[in-house]
Amino acid sequence: MKADAVIIGAGISGSSIAWHLAKKGMRNIKVFDASYLTAGATGRCGAGVRTQWGTKTNCLLAKKSMEFFEEAGDLLDYKEDIEFKQAGYLILATTREEEAIFDKNIKVQHDIGIPSKRLTVQEALQIVPHLNPDSFLSASFCEKDGHLNPFRMTDAFYQAAKRLGVEFFFYEPVTDIKTNHASIEAVITDRRIIETDVVIDAAGGHAKEIAAMAGIDVPVFSEKHEILATEPTYPMQDPMVMSFSKNIYCQQVPHGSFLMGRSNPDAKHNHDVTSSWQFLEKMAKTVCDILPDIGKLRVVRQWGGLYNNSPDRQPIISSVDELPGFYVACGFSGHGFMFSPITGDLISDLILDKEPAINAAALSIKRFDETSNGDYETSVV
Amino acid sequence: MKKHNVYVCRCEDVTLDELYYWIHRGFTTFEGLKRQLRIGMGPCQGQICGEVIRRELANFLKKHPADVKTHTIRPLIMGVPLEAIAKAGDQDES
Ligand SMILES: Cc1cc2nc3c(=O)[nH]c(=O)nc-3n(C[C@H](O)[C@H](O)[C@H](O)COP(=O)(O)OP(=O)(O)OC[C@H]3O[C@@H](n4cnc5c(N)ncnc54)[C@H](O)[C@@H]3O)c2cc1C
Repeated sequence: MKADAVIIGAGISGSSIAWHLAKKGMRNIKVFDASYLTAGATGRCGAGVRTQWGTKTNCLLAKKSMEFFEEAGDLLDYKEDIEFKQAGYLILATTREEEAIFDKNIKVQHDIGIPSKRLTVQEALQIVPHLNPDSFLSASFCEKDGHLNPFRMTDAFYQAAKRLGVEFFFYEPVTDIKTNHASIEAVITDRRIIETDVVIDAAGGHAKEIAAMAGIDVPVFSEKHEILATEPTYPMQDPMVMSFSKNIYCQQVPHGSFLMGRSNPDAKHNHDVTSSWQFLEKMAKTVCDILPDIGKLRVVRQWGGLYNNSPDRQPIISSVDELPGFYVACGFSGHGFMFSPITGDLISDLILDKEPAINAAALSIKRFDETSNGDYETSVV
Repeated sequence: MKKHNVYVCRCEDVTLDELYYWIHRGFTTFEGLKRQLRIGMGPCQGQICGEVIRRELANFLKKHPADVKTHTIRPLIMGVPLEAIAKAGDQDES
């Protein structure tokens, strides 16, 4: 089999890249996934989308992506409901230091036109009346932020890409990548060889292992993040409520259930996605402190997924000097769902040699070669 | 019986009609269907829909039902209020 480009991974990134590439005119694109559509982090994520970031790069990626989500149904000609809920993110500051960081972040956001605001406790309570007023000092809010159904959003890219002729192969893991000096010759799966000279590594939690098959070292690691869902209830919370210092994000999705998650500072660097009671207990305590009314809801399920983290917690969307034709889209550090439209746009520009919408150097894998890099994203859960 | 009158998932109100709509769009595994239809994600956690959908998929794929995988079993087995979990945790610490 021959292909003009092989995409490895059919999560939100691989699907978006496939559609963007096909839309910009590339033909004979093949996507391989070891499992089913959205089997990786994409089908396990909170699917929150926000523009309130601390670094300029992340703000730009988020803003461009949000503009896409606002039009996604039309752009992709998708008939199902992508369940876009644009009711904001309310981010709580619980310490003086955090308040100072939010003041700084908001300047970065305003510089590029993100309409975020600082709110007092009273103002925050008007948006989310069931917040515990003693649990925070002030907040930051942007009404443009929100949530989408990750399965539907991926399906939208998938169906649109298929209509443009992209071929998808599921349950067919890539097992090797054949190179000859500095060029790519083929991608090998468990059942065929695909001759190609363009490969896009969008394998999420396994992106490092895929790159290693081509002899490329990508400085990322994977770690488990856990999340739970409650029974559905009546609409009672508009925005996502989040706190970096208390380590929680909690959102009611249009279906009616609440999704909430937190990170584990002691998480090991591996591919484990099993559920733990420690998460359940800490999560329950944190949410009962900040949003006591939510404590009445029953948990129906919990699960885990992989964050793929980069050294500066910003994505790697890049070509690779050592191996022309090899592209990586990984290291999303827990935020690849919300960046997926711009990921597809940027990777396809790199491949087709077009001027990218955002300065590519900031996302290049080369940035980790330099010793002085202070632009670390701290606004993460 | 009309397909739109048959409920294959009572937690999420999914009819046989809707099930086949997504099967025909190429979602022919339980995990794939689960992510479009929320089957197996509700309060019963797949205990009711699991077998029904296994049988439909087996019919469609012309396989033996035993060869069709159903849902991943995840905690919790039964819904528990968050505040009960938070309180039970406190007792352990005291
Ligand atoms: C609990 C949790 C909550 C999150 N919440 C949010 C959020 O609110 N907002 C947000 O923006 N992001 C969130 N994220 C992060 C987000 O889920 C990811 O950044 C994003 O889904 C990454 O998409 P992807 O397509 O790059 O990777 P994945 O979705 O992981 O896709 C990679 C694909 O590669 C396939 N693959 C792996 N190995 C191979 C192989 N050898 N051959 C072929 N295919 C292979 C896998 O099967 C998989 O389908 C969250 C993540 C987790 C775990």
